[in-house]
Amino acid sequence: MQSPTTSYPTRWKRPPLILTHPVWRRVIYLGALIYLVLAVQSIEIDWQRVWLGLDRGWKFVEGFLVPDFVTRWRDISEGLMESLTMTVTSTVAGILISVPIGIGAARNLAPAPVYLACRSIITLSRSFQEVIIAILLVAMFGFGPFAGFLTLAFATIGFLSKLLAEDIEECDHSQLEAIRATGASWWQVVNYAVQPQVMPRLVGLSLYRLDINFRESAVIGIVGAGGIGATLNTAIDRYEYDSAGAILIIIIAIVLVVEYSSSWIRRWVQ
Amino acid sequence: MTDTSTPVWHYRTPKQTLLRWLGWFSLVALTVLCWQLMTENTIWAFVSDAPDQAADIGERMFPPAWGYIGELWEPLWDTINIATLGTLIGVAIAVPVAFLAASNTTPSTRFVRPLALLVIVASRSINSLIWALLLVAIIGPGLLAGVIAIGLRSIGFVAKLLYEAIEEIDTTQVEAVRATGASGAQVIDYAIVPQILPAFWGISVFRWDINIRESTILGLVGAGGLGIQLSASLATLAWNQVAMIFVVILVTVIASEWVSARVRQAVI
Repeated sequence: MQSPTTSYPTRWKRPPLILTHPVWRRVIYLGALIYLVLAVQSIEIDWQRVWLGLDRGWKFVEGFLVPDFVTRWRDISEGLMESLTMTVTSTVAGILISVPIGIGAARNLAPAPVYLACRSIITLSRSFQEVIIAILLVAMFGFGPFAGFLTLAFATIGFLSKLLAEDIEECDHSQLEAIRATGASWWQVVNYAVQPQVMPRLVGLSLYRLDINFRESAVIGIVGAGGIGATLNTAIDRYEYDSAGAILIIIIAIVLVVEYSSSWIRRWVQ
Repeated sequence: MTDTSTPVWHYRTPKQTLLRWLGWFSLVALTVLCWQLMTENTIWAFVSDAPDQAADIGERMFPPAWGYIGELWEPLWDTINIATLGTLIGVAIAVPVAFLAASNTTPSTRFVRPLALLVIVASRSINSLIWALLLVAIIGPGLLAGVIAIGLRSIGFVAKLLYEAIEEIDTTQVEAVRATGASGAQVIDYAIVPQILPAFWGISVFRWDINIRESTILGLVGAGGLGIQLSASLATLAWNQVAMIFVVILVTVIASEWVSARVRQAVI
């Protein structure tokens, strides 16, 4: 017999979604708060400098709204040309190198020593920022777009081979077996069983990398590897904010065009 | 003459074959053209002596100046702060932008959504180093410029992934909560937020990981952190100090990747 007066709670409190343990939750919250206070204190803000800079910031906003494409058009077009050519050549070179490395880094196609060698190349290429690689390559190959080309090609290898290798490892094994059962050699298995399965994704990834390489080409110019980044750096150094605004607008426009056209091509390929 | 009557099977029609060849040919032609334009001003003498240069730099880099680590703790702390505070600012702004950009939560698809998408695109297409370059010119060198640069760059990334997550939620839960008579804010709080919360933490920690990488180099343009030491060492050609900084950056990046992988595993 249950008494009818058993009290049920009348209010419902939503349980926490993550960090369900109450003690750990408090400890982590407290730790985060202490860290936040310490971190904010480490920033020294010179309000006077900020106040002075607001004026300059406003000038930059004005430059962005009323960009000046004409005065420095020769420098801008030169930088743009370097960036675009660098992007295309480095993407093509990167793809050509990363396809064999990607195949070598796939566990189901390559023997263990090759697999380890290819995986270590990928790790090496992925662990450093493009800008750091650019610094080293500029020191070795001199200023200019050639160092930028090498940087972007090197960064492309890490990105493309890793994703390609993962894609090959995930592909449908029954097709590999079927082709192997016909007595096909290793090359023929790669050509007839793997390539048709990974091709659409490889095209998609290459286009995505083209997009990334253009964005990066705008950055590595700052450390001397040529391209539109160098032009932008110069424009800001000269306080020509209207030219800088024009360059930024061009970068955003090209990124948009590349992004939309690549998503269009990807839909068409797949 | 029985040959002509039996058609031979081809994978593609002649027109398709021709078009494919044309496509490949124009790709190769474009690449060669770009290569020509790019290398027009290249001084090949510098390129050909690159192996010597590489050997020279490698020799000077080794062994890294281990003692230099004493001067690197503070910049390292700054770097981590830039990344963390920048991520916090970016996420704080990205959340409302994502709700305005998602087609199922935006107040108006005609005016607000394109505006929110524009914010996302503008933030995404400009690298944090360029943001830092601008901000250093505007508000002066220091940590603040780095924090804001990282924050501005993070908005687009977080907002894009988050609004895609919001658009993919299970609508039956939203309907169920709405059927109880919940207001708009309550629907978001009880039906949408619980569904996207794991994605939100995953995205934020992933961005934090990327931001650690990016904030190590922001100092090259004067925005604080390890990059300032790096540019100083580069300017004095102290390659063994540069090597030490690379080691610190590598360890930091690996540690942050480990942390973010663990957190994502725990959350998702």
